[in-house]
Amino acid sequence: MRRYLIRKLIFAIITLLAATMFVFGLSRMAGDPLLLFAKPGGYGMSPERVEQLSQKLGLDKPLVVQYLVWLGRVLTGDFGDTIVSETSVRKLIWERAAPTMQLAVASFILAILMGVPLGVISAVKRGSLSDYVSRTIALVGQAAPIFWVCIMAILLFAVTLDWLPVGTAGPDDVPFWTWAKFKYLVMPAFALGWGPAAALLRLTRSAMLEVLDSEYVTLARAKGTNYNIVIWKHAFRNAILQPLTTSAIVLASFVTGAVVVERIFAWPGVGQLMTDAVWNNDFPTLTSTVLVFTAIFVATNFLADMLYGVLNPVIRYD
Amino acid sequence: MNAEQTAGVAVQSAPTQRQRLTLWYILRRWPILPVILIAILVTLGLGADWIAPNDPIDQSLPDRNARPLYQDDSPYLFGGDHVGRDVLSRVIHGARVSLSVMAVALSAGMLIGTGLGLWAGYAGGFVDEIIMRIVDIWMGFPFLLLALVAAIIFGASFNTIMVLMILVAWVSFPRNVRADVLVLKESNFVAFARISGASTTRILFRHIFPGTIGTITVISSLSVGNLILYEATLSFLGAGIPAPTPSWGNMVAEGRDYLQTAWWTSVIPGTALFLTVMALNFFGDWLRDRLDPRLRQLG
Repeated sequence: MRRYLIRKLIFAIITLLAATMFVFGLSRMAGDPLLLFAKPGGYGMSPERVEQLSQKLGLDKPLVVQYLVWLGRVLTGDFGDTIVSETSVRKLIWERAAPTMQLAVASFILAILMGVPLGVISAVKRGSLSDYVSRTIALVGQAAPIFWVCIMAILLFAVTLDWLPVGTAGPDDVPFWTWAKFKYLVMPAFALGWGPAAALLRLTRSAMLEVLDSEYVTLARAKGTNYNIVIWKHAFRNAILQPLTTSAIVLASFVTGAVVVERIFAWPGVGQLMTDAVWNNDFPTLTSTVLVFTAIFVATNFLADMLYGVLNPVIRYD
Repeated sequence: MNAEQTAGVAVQSAPTQRQRLTLWYILRRWPILPVILIAILVTLGLGADWIAPNDPIDQSLPDRNARPLYQDDSPYLFGGDHVGRDVLSRVIHGARVSLSVMAVALSAGMLIGTGLGLWAGYAGGFVDEIIMRIVDIWMGFPFLLLALVAAIIFGASFNTIMVLMILVAWVSFPRNVRADVLVLKESNFVAFARISGASTTRILFRHIFPGTIGTITVISSLSVGNLILYEATLSFLGAGIPAPTPSWGNMVAEGRDYLQTAWWTSVIPGTALFLTVMALNFFGDWLRDRLDPRLRQLG
């Protein structure tokens, strides 16, 4: 058990390091980093200035040293400045973190509230209309590209029905649990949460089907226990383990999903910061946001592995 | 609803002669609709130049946001986009782009992934360990994000996205191919081949490789949909197929700003993408259940 976790941890760290090397390597391939300082509309740089800057940035040292210096700065949270506005990237990311968190948490809750109960119902009433409806929801949710879902939702609920607003994260002066603010969250959260909900639904359904087929459920029913109690107390408790551990992996899928959803809904989060950086060729912002998201991705995956190991004692640890 | 219910039960128990003939039952059992859709798609992609009614990049300002179905003297069946290009022609040419990116990425990825899987499985030991750990680490990457970085550096182009897609595609293959090889290399026919003096290359390619083809087919068919989705997402984010060339992803992105006035410019390519991915997923699932139910965990 401990060996398994340590091994997973080591791999998580290697993955992260590989990602930083990848990003660093690409950033050096991008050409002379000094060119980043030659501002558009400026008058170029004198040779002395170039010399001075390259010493300041450590460009005269070997590449490995440069990488280590860069890594050290990244680890301490110093991501450098953005190219356009020369503000600190760390500050920018920090400002944008809250909306992204709100979005991710809302989608996660939605995914669980939608996926788990529908999965149970669909397993218990197998072959019924509600089973078909649930499975269709799952099927579409897994195949639909996230931006297609977003656009259809905007078209239906914002343009045609005019029920929900789009384009911002809503007013800043009201707390998010009031409808005035919350209504801005509904569509993005739904778009981001549907795919994970579909995955959870399918997992819950197959786990429930397996448990409902087991002998202790038959026994519980045979001795006359209320069927609802059998489902929720006997079967559900055992079936939910695997879907719950997988839900951490589901969380990791938000990382790429959030980038798309935030772009479409102009949601002022880190994902939007990232795609804006793509459009503006703002390299420092892009690499830092990518690194932050990669770290979150790797960390959630590790968390999922850990949860799985803790909750599932029968797993093989090799 | 009633017919669906009986059919649903019928799959679990043995179907009666009459149920065998209901349309619903046939559609559930055979991937007819997906195959038709995929066939249409391939035809459109291959024959885009002849099928598309108009030039996909030819702008025509009077037909800006022209309405679909030739309403109000619109010249286009699926309407025009914000610079008056024919949405239908662009969707057709977009199919070609999606298919070619996917085909190249998949075949190159298949080659690399299968090769590494064969090598890891057959060589075993240190080589095996290294290759499989690389696969593990690769799978832990949120590759879309790293692709964004690469795209901004090398510039979004057909070649860049192709390379990025290959980097994504190969990783699905080694693990399962290796698992097959581990079983096959212990089998008698491989031992006989070795005794009769066959070279390692010959054993690998003549004796072991054929045994992995089923697995490779299933994995390919399951990853096709994802690869198409991947290209579309990159293009949508502005890091994929660059602007004038139509791709479903960048069409959705361009039409997004005109959703209020001209919904068709983004909804039609988006729906094309959705139907394609759905059809490919259905077909992949069906193929997996037929060829190798053991791979169920992949889906």
